[in-house]
Amino acid sequence: MSAGARLELSGIQAGYGDFQALFGVGLHVEPGEAVGVVGPNGAGKTTLLRVISGLIRPTAGTLRFDGQDLAVLPAHELPGLGIAHVPENRRLFPHLTVEENLKVGAYTPSARPHFRQRRDYVYTLFPRLKQRRHQLAGTMSGGEQQMCAIGRALMSGPRILLLDEPSAGLAPLVVQQVFELVRRIRQEGLTVLIVEQNVAQVLRVVDRAYVLETGRVAAEGSSAALAEDPAIRRSYLGGH
Amino acid sequence: MDPFLLEALLNGVLLGGVFALPVLGLNLIFGVVDVIWLCYAELVMVGMYAVWFLYTQAGWPLFLAFAICLPLVALLGILLHLLVVRPLLSAPPINQVLATGGVLFVLQGAATLVFSTEFRSLGVEMPPMELGEVFVSGTKLAAFVAALVGAAVLWAFLKFTYVGTAIRAIARDREVMPLMGVDPRRIYLIASAAGGALAGLAACLLVVQLDVHPFVGLSFGPITFMICVMGGLGNMLGGFLAAFLMGLIVSVGGFYGSTDLSYVVAFLFFILVMFFRPQGLFTR
Repeated sequence: MSAGARLELSGIQAGYGDFQALFGVGLHVEPGEAVGVVGPNGAGKTTLLRVISGLIRPTAGTLRFDGQDLAVLPAHELPGLGIAHVPENRRLFPHLTVEENLKVGAYTPSARPHFRQRRDYVYTLFPRLKQRRHQLAGTMSGGEQQMCAIGRALMSGPRILLLDEPSAGLAPLVVQQVFELVRRIRQEGLTVLIVEQNVAQVLRVVDRAYVLETGRVAAEGSSAALAEDPAIRRSYLGGH
Repeated sequence: MDPFLLEALLNGVLLGGVFALPVLGLNLIFGVVDVIWLCYAELVMVGMYAVWFLYTQAGWPLFLAFAICLPLVALLGILLHLLVVRPLLSAPPINQVLATGGVLFVLQGAATLVFSTEFRSLGVEMPPMELGEVFVSGTKLAAFVAALVGAAVLWAFLKFTYVGTAIRAIARDREVMPLMGVDPRRIYLIASAAGGALAGLAACLLVVQLDVHPFVGLSFGPITFMICVMGGLGNMLGGFLAAFLMGLIVSVGGFYGSTDLSYVVAFLFFILVMFFRPQGLFTR
């Protein structure tokens, strides 16, 4: 994987039509860091990731990656810059095989020459995918699909991986497996920005986290500090 | 088996091969761009005129005329996309159908103005070939082989290339494609060119079997749309199989009755399919 790069957002406002979802959000992710964005449903977490990967244009604020202004680029150019987004609900191509899904992930011209090498890397990381390489992605279990979605994102050779609710809609046992996947990717030294509702789990795999509430950053800090914070414990961790 | 029935069956298969090309083209466009090119048969008609003109009027060798026809109609497909379809991508489907339907009349009218309504023939016929007990037209056999080669090339393109894989992916999930680094607008353009090229190939295969006139699209256009719907609109394999089924119905129906009757049978069969399997015969 290529070296990481710094992602920096400041004063980001964005929404859908008349509905504003983000009110001046600022955050940064340093190379090699794993950062979480947690918060309740409807806090704007998914919108935030969609802004970063260009699917939604911010109406105000700046968005920089490796010093470059992202807000002026079309979404399809961002994977080429090293931004890979694993979308909510995985969004695999169910009628394509596992390997074909990986191939679409390597669509960017700069990624194509590395297809075999990265595919083999993904298969080493997730041996289960290798067993199922010729199986249609839609026929796999939720956990395997999440592996395939992460693998597909890794095929572009990202410098930062954006993960949107990787544990959503999965059985508790599978959720454990998915966070194990995230931990494995962390060990590879990849920069990760992960959005999650499962606060307890995500704080165990990230270095720092932001708490997003109704489109604003309500708190931020190291995972350890947030896990100890009485307000966070009360709202998200079921503690006292 | 009655050699005449065998001949009818064989001709049905050969006819199916020729139906298959425009069916694949229409399904490709519909699956990727989500727009129906109502004027598809008229793109084929333009290609037929191009071959006829280059061969009989300009005196070009036939194969050179064929070689020009493919990229020419591919270019027409690109123009159709850029000028008519792209501006209407977010318009209601009925507007898109009406717009491409308008192009149908424009092309028919233009062909009438330029070439008049006279029937034009290439005057090329390959000798019939004897296969066991039956004779088949060499021209039809050659057209069939060329259609299969065209379908195989399309299949390989969709199966093995990055762009082809993206085309199959985009047919299912448009919105996620930019996250893969895919510019949907570029994929639409490539699919339109490929759909046009298939119409161009179909033109080459039809112009040796049919006289060309401005309304020649009517003789294979409606049945092409019917086959697409029968196989499941956007379903390439379903359309391919349905093309052969329709070819057999038309040909064998013609053997037992008349060609006109066989088309009546084919359309009745289509209506029955729509009653009982509106999603298409080969849709799972």
